[in-house]
Amino acid sequence: MNPFNYQRATAPEEAVRAASAHGAKFLGGGTNLVDLMKYNVEHPTTLIDVTRINSAQINTTGDTTMIGAGVRNSDLANHESIRTNYPLLSQALLSGASPQLRNMATTGGNLLQRTRCYYFMDTAFPACNKRIPGSGCAAIQGFNRIHAILGASGGGSKDATACIATNPSDMNVALAALNATVHVTGPKGNRTIPFAEFHRLPGTTPQLDTNLQPDELITGVELPVPKFAKHSYYLKVRDRQSYAFALVSVAAGLEMTGNTIHSAGLALGGVAHKPWRSLEAERSLTGATASPAAFKKAADLALAGAKPQEHNAFKIELAKQSIVRAFTLAAQEQRQGAQA
Amino acid sequence: MSSERCIDSEEQIQDQIETPPEPNPPDQPPSLTEIELSRRSFVKAAGILGAAAATGIPQLAAAQEAQAAAATTPQTMSVTLKVNGTAKALSLDTRTSLLDALREHLDLTGSKKGCDHGQCGACTVLIDGRRVNSCLTLAVTADGAEITTIEGLAQGDTLHPVQAAFLEHDGFQCGYCTPGQICSAVALLKEHKHNTLSTVSFETGNTTNPELTDNEIRERMSGNICRCAAYPNIVAAVRAAAKGVSA
Amino acid sequence: MIAIDDKVPHPKLDRRQLATRYDALAKVTGRAKYAAEFRVENVAYACIVQANIPSGSVASIDQAVASRAAGVYSIITPFNAPKVTVPGNVNLLQDTTVFYSGQPIAVVVARSLPEAEQAARLLRIEYKGQPAKLGFNGRLKDARAPKRGGEGAHRGDPAASLAKAAVIIDQTYSTPVQNHNPMEPHATIASWEGDKLNVYDATQGISGVQGSLARAFSIPPKNVNVQCPYTGGGFGTKGGVWSHTYLAAMAAKFAQRPVKLVLGREQMFGPVGSRPNTSQHVKLAASSEGKLLLVQHESTCYTSLMADWIESAAAATALLYDSESLTTAHNLVDLNLGMGTWMRAPGEATGSVGLEIALDELADKLKIDPVQLRLINYADKDPRQGLPWSSKNLRECYSQAAERFGWSKRNAKPGQHREGNKLIGYGMATANYGAGRRPSSAVVRFLPNGRVYVGVGTQDLGTGTYTILAQTAADTLFMDPALVDVQLGDTTLPLSGGSGGSTTAASVCPGVYDAAVQARLKLAQLAVADAQSPLHGAAAEDVETRDGKLCLKSDGSKSELITAVIARNGNTPVEATATSEMPKDRNTFSSHSWGAIFAEVAVDADTHMVQVRRMVGTYDIGTLINHTTGTNQLVGGVVWGISMALHEESLIDNTYGRTVNENLAEYHVPVNADVHEIDVTAINIPDYRFNPLGARGIGEIGITGAAAAIVNAIYNATGKRIRDLPVTVDKIMQA
Repeated sequence: MNPFNYQRATAPEEAVRAASAHGAKFLGGGTNLVDLMKYNVEHPTTLIDVTRINSAQINTTGDTTMIGAGVRNSDLANHESIRTNYPLLSQALLSGASPQLRNMATTGGNLLQRTRCYYFMDTAFPACNKRIPGSGCAAIQGFNRIHAILGASGGGSKDATACIATNPSDMNVALAALNATVHVTGPKGNRTIPFAEFHRLPGTTPQLDTNLQPDELITGVELPVPKFAKHSYYLKVRDRQSYAFALVSVAAGLEMTGNTIHSAGLALGGVAHKPWRSLEAERSLTGATASPAAFKKAADLALAGAKPQEHNAFKIELAKQSIVRAFTLAAQEQRQGAQA
Repeated sequence: MSSERCIDSEEQIQDQIETPPEPNPPDQPPSLTEIELSRRSFVKAAGILGAAAATGIPQLAAAQEAQAAAATTPQTMSVTLKVNGTAKALSLDTRTSLLDALREHLDLTGSKKGCDHGQCGACTVLIDGRRVNSCLTLAVTADGAEITTIEGLAQGDTLHPVQAAFLEHDGFQCGYCTPGQICSAVALLKEHKHNTLSTVSFETGNTTNPELTDNEIRERMSGNICRCAAYPNIVAAVRAAAKGVSA
Repeated sequence: MIAIDDKVPHPKLDRRQLATRYDALAKVTGRAKYAAEFRVENVAYACIVQANIPSGSVASIDQAVASRAAGVYSIITPFNAPKVTVPGNVNLLQDTTVFYSGQPIAVVVARSLPEAEQAARLLRIEYKGQPAKLGFNGRLKDARAPKRGGEGAHRGDPAASLAKAAVIIDQTYSTPVQNHNPMEPHATIASWEGDKLNVYDATQGISGVQGSLARAFSIPPKNVNVQCPYTGGGFGTKGGVWSHTYLAAMAAKFAQRPVKLVLGREQMFGPVGSRPNTSQHVKLAASSEGKLLLVQHESTCYTSLMADWIESAAAATALLYDSESLTTAHNLVDLNLGMGTWMRAPGEATGSVGLEIALDELADKLKIDPVQLRLINYADKDPRQGLPWSSKNLRECYSQAAERFGWSKRNAKPGQHREGNKLIGYGMATANYGAGRRPSSAVVRFLPNGRVYVGVGTQDLGTGTYTILAQTAADTLFMDPALVDVQLGDTTLPLSGGSGGSTTAASVCPGVYDAAVQARLKLAQLAVADAQSPLHGAAAEDVETRDGKLCLKSDGSKSELITAVIARNGNTPVEATATSEMPKDRNTFSSHSWGAIFAEVAVDADTHMVQVRRMVGTYDIGTLINHTTGTNQLVGGVVWGISMALHEESLIDNTYGRTVNENLAEYHVPVNADVHEIDVTAINIPDYRFNPLGARGIGEIGITGAAAAIVNAIYNATGKRIRDLPVTVDKIMQA
């Protein structure tokens, strides 16, 4: 780890100002940034600790809820209004990491969580376009069982922009399905970013995970009117029962009367460089009757265009089955017993 | 900052990563300095791995070397760590994790380093009563907070009920993960009293006031790996401690 | 020497169990000190720099920049390292050859750990790359016989047996490379005083470390003191002496100051040994009644180019079942990887995967119950040389475990048992591990305060050695085990040996037993020779100890306090050091531990995730010396079976030769939520022929058979037979 200056910001403006310096990064819970600094993947020269300025409040105004960027994952998951109005978010958060990490990780930090691609995390691998732009993608010719099947930038392992990394967050998947909005502040003032536009696909710049500027500070996440409070499910498929990243995860929400679906939210984790929200799948469920056939149709639409790597073709079918399962569970108003 | 910039090529490439791509991302890889190019030639050679390739990084200018060495100068800060009720003033390299501060600077070796990356839970301590991974907590960020480690749980010779339960139920073998398990369990009981949920609560549909079933305990203790796999005894210990605490 | 003879009365072994682990208090309070935690004045921090090419050599290391980095004391490379005597399986910077990516190629010593690590990154290392041998499957055709060891077994006439067969199973099973990952990473603190070396080392064998360091640095073993009062798990990886231990000592000498060297978790994948992967070809031929006619088991594993190491997966196959004919063999594939080494039940853990899944396939094909199939082929004597077993009660294991499990409720037809979205399946397998023992010394000392001290030059890696030694002394001396103090983990104590191969209990307990008997005799001799003693004039052999007193066996009314005898002896403790010896008839019987393990799994029909709901195992491990520690260890072994079946796998990139998941986030071992009901029992029939305590080891047997039982249960649940471990979601989907 490189030596770095540590500054504790006392106001957002001050933090933003400090962040304009070369090599500066904001520090939230540290669960990802400090981890990557230890692996020498990240090398900030200045850490601006924003945990004492970022709001740790959750406020409901009218129909919307504003989550402060400093709210810790465990507090967010267990907040009464989130549990009641956005159980999908609670369930997703509690599916991620461990109780200790959830106590540390912040909402803002979780949005910026970087990929768990093996070849990104270990600097001894010389080819990683995300870590060293233009160096190639060792994952394409290596172990890619955990990698992306949707929206990846193609090409071979020597391609200077190829990247098949996935976004590892569970929270992000739920926020995508909930159609959240990210609030940020920067040198040019405040702005909002629709969740779908917050994270990027690798495209030709796999080194960039998000559309946030380096000197922009996330101040909060806004949740729209709760629609899926009664019918939602976060299903996470992984290699062990807990404390593991998703092979595939599904955030499924339904707005229903009786058996009729008014609107649906669907996002997938573990399949793409960003939380993969499928508007086509959501639209296909609008007005539909909740049924295995309708869910299957949505699943097929969500996975349209999926392109597997050598070791991850299974994810396509797994994602489809998981979507059907998650919607089926979401559709059941009162769940009983262990069904997931 | 440039005068302090380390010459490590990867870091300079990192600078590229941090540069925003607006308006449009370049189609070509970012231009690289001479050093970076040499790194890339090395990368390429390493990528082949077959041909007997002898490549390397050209001799660095003396000035650059000096800069590199300067960039290794630790940044130190004064920190007051309140551990188990005692405040200790330390001057620490900002890179020091809370775990290393405890183990290497305060000789509180009860908190363990198992992975140093938040992947095993052996380093679990309580900060202001919440369980956290001390390995991913920079010591400077814990300045002023109330830190409780395994050494601070017992009252004199009287074990904390969770310690007593682990002892009684043999909730360990090698003992290396044990302090983290115990700190984690102490927090778990408190969290449960505050009616927190877990994924199991959602799976079972008990999302209002979940009972601390064995499955709930298992999920809530899953941030602490025990390679000896004393898990059934750990669950028994937490179950017993929960009964004791609620009684 | 104690006679191994049932006519000699044996101490009543379960007389007083230590209710809680001897070292429990130290462990729940955080007071137990592990190797890296000892305070050594002026200690410097070292880190190992690893090669990042898989094959070739280090052309040059430019340390100019790194040397000037803040806090750096010394940098040791192949170009400046002192010459030491090197065993073949470690890399001590004596030459520039690179055998694998991850091999130690330099050591940086600095004032602090961040400074050492930072300087390490500033080293400019140039390599001369060579074509690397990587990719096991692609090189299977180049498999070769081991240079030595791994001999196959042969009996009968395979061709003739095969010709008679009604049913044949012919399949290949594979297990992955695994890494032990004890929670405590390897760690060494080394300091020199002249030509004397003091070392704290995380190890399964302090005396092995002592001897290895003495040889490397050409000093007498007595000049090396190794301490390790607590080992944070080992599972085999701390059984050998790896590079970092030598390099810490070398660095301390080079930097002329004490050095602490702790491996990072990522450095636990390669430089400290791996369980090699296996590809096992198993052929079973049987009569229609289920009698095994032929068993063929040929296992191929990788070996490092540094030295041969064989995962002897087929070794136990020769003795498990009574087949008319048998052939076994081991082959090696040379790869540019780190050394293979012992990992929990080396051989049996992997071998039982191939053999016990194949038997399940045979049972399925024959429509014979899997337990019945094993009973039909039960080996009443060791099929290899026809030796009798010293003790074998495997039939009882099968029946007891089956009963506890509810095996009779199993539907032999796969895919029939469904609960909602879960497919439920039952499976079973046989567990087995060889019993070994070695000579072991101990000192037992009666103290003036009435306590008894036991000192043994072994170590406790979590297995309960402290506990069983306190109990052995207490049992031998008929006293409260709470009054026994045990010291381990210091080479100044009487020589014992490594903790591994399930040999510890059977080795160290007899040593303590002998020393206790001799110390008691000395005490008795003092008393009977002392006119002030009520025992004066009695025969020393007639004196026994009982609850802090010396008394006469022949006249219970005559006794006196042990402390009184010692007080009259000028408060000088009375002690004896003894060494247990091996039974002279060791070659006339065969000793193994046995068990039956049953598994219930629930496989999700949509996500294909597997939950092991229950494991039920019954083991014949001889005497269960301490119920608490023994059962805990058996449970741990069974969970390792779950891990082997479902989770663990070191993924080694075929281009770069690096383990891509060299961390605990992606190298999956079970977390608490993966482990549900584990019901483990020991039938507790002493094996006195094997040793005077009747105890065989228990450290390894839990893992054996367990993975196969789970794989067999998955087949019963889904009808899908997975032959490549670990069984992950994708493999079930695609089967």
